[in-house]
Amino acid sequence: MRYGYYPGCSLERNASAYHTSLMAVAERLGVEFAEVDDWNCCGATEFIAVNRLRAYALASRNLALAADQARSTNGADPAQLVAPCSACFLNLSKVDRYLEDSPALAADVNAALAAGGLHYEAGSLRIRHLLDVIVNDVGYEQIAARVNSPLRGMRIAPYYGCLIVRPGFRERFDDPEYPTSLDKLMRVLGAQVVDFPLKTHCCGGHMTQISRDVALELIRRLLKNAADYQADMIVTLCPMCQLNLDAFQESVNEQFGTNYRIPILFFTQLMGLAFGLSPAAVGIGKEFIDARPALAKIGAAAEPAAPAPKRKPRRSDQGLPLPQMPEEEQP
Amino acid sequence: MATSATLSRTSAFFREVIADTPTDPHLEACLQCGTCGGSCPSGPDMDHTPRTLFAMIAAGMREPVLRSNTPWYCVSCYACVERCPQDIHITDVMYTLKRLAIKAGYASQSSAARAPGFSQTFIDHVENYGRSFELGLITRYYLRHRPLDALKVAPIGMGLLKRRRLDLSPRPIRQLDQLKAILERAREIDNAKSA
Ligand code: SF4
Ligand code: SF4
Repeated sequence: MRYGYYPGCSLERNASAYHTSLMAVAERLGVEFAEVDDWNCCGATEFIAVNRLRAYALASRNLALAADQARSTNGADPAQLVAPCSACFLNLSKVDRYLEDSPALAADVNAALAAGGLHYEAGSLRIRHLLDVIVNDVGYEQIAARVNSPLRGMRIAPYYGCLIVRPGFRERFDDPEYPTSLDKLMRVLGAQVVDFPLKTHCCGGHMTQISRDVALELIRRLLKNAADYQADMIVTLCPMCQLNLDAFQESVNEQFGTNYRIPILFFTQLMGLAFGLSPAAVGIGKEFIDARPALAKIGAAAEPAAPAPKRKPRRSDQGLPLPQMPEEEQP
Repeated sequence: MATSATLSRTSAFFREVIADTPTDPHLEACLQCGTCGGSCPSGPDMDHTPRTLFAMIAAGMREPVLRSNTPWYCVSCYACVERCPQDIHITDVMYTLKRLAIKAGYASQSSAARAPGFSQTFIDHVENYGRSFELGLITRYYLRHRPLDALKVAPIGMGLLKRRRLDLSPRPIRQLDQLKAILERAREIDNAKSA
């Protein structure tokens, strides 16, 4: 399997643990991620706030480069482009979709790209998030076959954040309100997955720079939710989510008088550990909240599943019948 | 997809917002149901929820809309878009309002006055290097826009440095000239349209 790979700015440095662990895991799985040569920033959530066409042109340069590179190396059509960052994934797929929906926008973007000798035809790439490729193309079975150090005893809160399944500018690979693919992946690695009702809530994005109070409250809710369900760690698939929950955890503790010490790791790091790679090989040690105490639990006797936190019933339990969640299938 | 309009399209401001949004956001189909505000993580901290803001746009209340912190407090999480029964491109409208607020000179006076400075600093870095250079971005943003808060973020900056999660110098892309030419042409096309 071979994919075009768009790492995005965060994975170059701030989230280098994500990149390192992905490369190590990909090698074990026999998947090749070919980096798009000379890619540029996707624009994050900032560019579009100031200038519309420049934002679309900026993101489109990446699509044009990726499509050209795919054409010159293999014939797969459409070529697939994988982004590990949720925001990059969203921006690239949104631009691809809007260029298709609006011929006028596509004409303007291509007029701009022409100034750099480039051109992009909407739909010539299939843009996917890394988690989608890992669980649906590689598949749980292949992954299970590589697990030689199962993460027994580890209680994990699976955190999806925004953007990977909503709003679905292209295909969706999981439920937008209650996704479960990461849950299943963690179970395949041998970990115990706790219920995490806030799994698709926002980490605050760039709000830490705009209004610290608003951002810290969003982060606090997520940490509290994971702590309520006695998670040993939160596992994430987005560099922004990792940064906010990890680097600002101490600030949350100061602000709210709490004492959270919940490590935040990337799912690829846990895959690597379960495949028997060393913590250093998967970038453990770059996190603010030290993951080692939690990792030391691996292999310890699995604790019985903790019950969901108790709540006072608000009213009598004779309420209206509620829709039932479908029984979750076990891998 | 809703076809009949429930919000008035007659105000000049309403038409301005639609014209500046990349694809049609279907804003006139808003039912004023409030699902967006109820789903919004920043809803309680916004001057007006998205629902209220859309009613204000239809009523032509240009200045109060562009002065409000609502678009700047939108974190682009798309929760509202996912749930909106009318498929309205709410997040895109928020981006449009940010752009219009900057153009109108109101952005720096809203209660979220920091946001445009942050976006602009980010853009400057991407235009100069092709990628975001976090240390440069943080330093310049704080020194220029929030010198007094610089100390508050210092521990996090130091923590990132210590863990080698920050670059000390930018790593520009190779074909920066090509990128600059593309962005410059985009700017010209945009200017020609709004002229
Ligand atoms: S959810 Fe959609 S229809 Fe309902 S108020 Fe918000 S924008 Fe209008
Ligand atoms: S996209 Fe913006 S307006 Fe919509 S729910 Fe998220 S923060 Fe609120």
